Amino acid sequence: MSLYTAETKRLTKRRFTRFFSLGVVLVLIAIVAGMFFTNHKVTPERMAAAQVEADQQYQQAIKESAASKQQCLTSSPNPDVDCANWYEPQPSDFQAEWYMPSTFLFEEQFPLLVTALAAILAVAAFVIGATFVGAEWHSGGMMNLLLWRPRRLQVLSTKLGALLVALTAATVVLSAIFTAALALVADLRGTLDGMTSGTWQSFALMELRGLVVVLVAGAVGFGLASIGRHTAVAMGVIIGVVVVFQFGLGTILAIARVKFVEAYLIPAWISAWMDKKVELQDWDSCVPSPNGCEPATMTLHWPTAGALMATAVVVVVGLAMWTIRKRDIT
Amino acid sequence: MSAVLEIAGLQKTYRSRKGVRKALDGFDMVVEAGQVHGFLGPNGSGKTTTLRTLLGLIRPNGGRMAILGQEVPRALPEVAKQVGAIVESPQFFGNFSAHDTLALLADAGGVEKRRVIEVLELVGLRDRSKDRVKTYSLGMKQRLAVASALLKNPKLLILDEPANGLDPGGIREMRTLMANLSASGMTVLLSSHILGEIQLICDSVTVISAGRRVAAGSVAEILAQHTTSSVRVRLEAVADLTTSAAALRDLGAQVVVEADHLMVAGIAQPSAITRALAGRGVYVSELSPVSVDLESVFLELTGTTPVEGANRQVDQSALSAAGQAQGGWGR
Repeated sequence: MSLYTAETKRLTKRRFTRFFSLGVVLVLIAIVAGMFFTNHKVTPERMAAAQVEADQQYQQAIKESAASKQQCLTSSPNPDVDCANWYEPQPSDFQAEWYMPSTFLFEEQFPLLVTALAAILAVAAFVIGATFVGAEWHSGGMMNLLLWRPRRLQVLSTKLGALLVALTAATVVLSAIFTAALALVADLRGTLDGMTSGTWQSFALMELRGLVVVLVAGAVGFGLASIGRHTAVAMGVIIGVVVVFQFGLGTILAIARVKFVEAYLIPAWISAWMDKKVELQDWDSCVPSPNGCEPATMTLHWPTAGALMATAVVVVVGLAMWTIRKRDIT
Repeated sequence: MSAVLEIAGLQKTYRSRKGVRKALDGFDMVVEAGQVHGFLGPNGSGKTTTLRTLLGLIRPNGGRMAILGQEVPRALPEVAKQVGAIVESPQFFGNFSAHDTLALLADAGGVEKRRVIEVLELVGLRDRSKDRVKTYSLGMKQRLAVASALLKNPKLLILDEPANGLDPGGIREMRTLMANLSASGMTVLLSSHILGEIQLICDSVTVISAGRRVAAGSVAEILAQHTTSSVRVRLEAVADLTTSAAALRDLGAQVVVEADHLMVAGIAQPSAITRALAGRGVYVSELSPVSVDLESVFLELTGTTPVEGANRQVDQSALSAAGQAQGGWGR
């Protein structure tokens, strides 16, 4: 327990952890502020103003259409243009809601923001996890610690445990504040209509899945930096994965006209995990249907995405444990 | 006296694409309780490998080790509470203060917080303990390292080059600290290149070269084993050096003619020199025995005496030259 306490203190005392966390908080504040300033509540006055603007636009369009028709009729005849049947704008082409300022529909838009929150926190978790152990290895702090606690697996496991508990606490707190802040923004600049207890529960479960993504990112960053005994190794691997898999592999598979290329890329699986499923479409295929030709589809489900994340964690953390147990510490 | 530290037949082999290198080749060492024991060896001789192996950081290929009577590395988790160590120059997080650094170690090791203040006082960092470590000089970081090793109030203190970066005053303070710790019953194993310091503060020493022990015992014993009966002879007239050397050789002495004096060995009684030279009308102005110091013995034992015009490589020593099959990259 004393080691766990010491590691938690070490993590929270690090300037990098503090500055990076502060950066994350500032980004989240910017998102909330952006939602606040770019959205407006729907009021009878705004609706009336929008209706007036829609009507004005409609009248303007009628005038312009009539002028264009007249010009068409008086100018040299063009056999390709039917001036007699010149299109006349209809009132339905100018609906009042299109002239309304953007409004924050919490039930519809919040899931996207939860995914954004999970992505931001996952990046932070990866970097903080990697530096937490990478800097210790690089500076000799890990060796110093092992002189005090010559149980390598226990030391690394405790460090990882302290990291994951801290990440869990930070994610839960930030998610709660983020949700509350956006609910307030929706109340002031949008609507919370449609939010039932079931919807709230669904959002809570989505945030829980976001927490899992954050923990996986933290554990993988920690594991990679421990295997390489340097923060840069984790960063190098993740950049390599992004470049090779997201761009390289994606390009090669697209050139090879492989079906459902996204199924080989990480973002699709993260979406499948967060949204419970994601449907991929093969636009080069044609599946006959009553509506004509439709693209073939492939659905990625969250349990498969979860299994892939679990495999990544087991492989990376397992390898980190194996290397600290087997390799000399020099 | 009982042995606090015992190493017998310790072996460590490194394999790489360049070949196999034996860092430790059957190394032995015994440190008795309450002693300040010097651990000497040239660069690359295996000192740090020995200490790392002893502390469980490196896995040995053979041999046995015991600390406080318990076999290590098996019993290291139990023994570690009684062993304080610094290996090479440990680095600390630059943005943590000395106090924070030690408090975190105290937390990890279950040591009382008041001990942090005590050791900071002991190494002279009390007034700077709240400053960030990155503002410290090399010597201050070294003091902090020693403080971290002392935090557990260990029975065995292992210090690898503790005087690195210390100013003369700091070296003297370190010497006094070692003496006080030893007087309080702590056993200190001290690895250092400052042989004058070792000679001053160590009760006994072990000398390692090419991964093997080449000498062990008290400093006095080792010096005595390597003391020659040479005497330095200066004459009133430098012009008489050559003829005097011949006369002394006639007596059976080995004589080396230096620029302004003779080095004479192999004569039991120095009075025989004065008598022989006076008989030829040559008068001696100085006749002094040549004493050896630890440095010259170390250089002789490890075969690392500098040779004019030659650049010795780090793995070159008397032993490595003699035992080509045992060491060196690619063998």
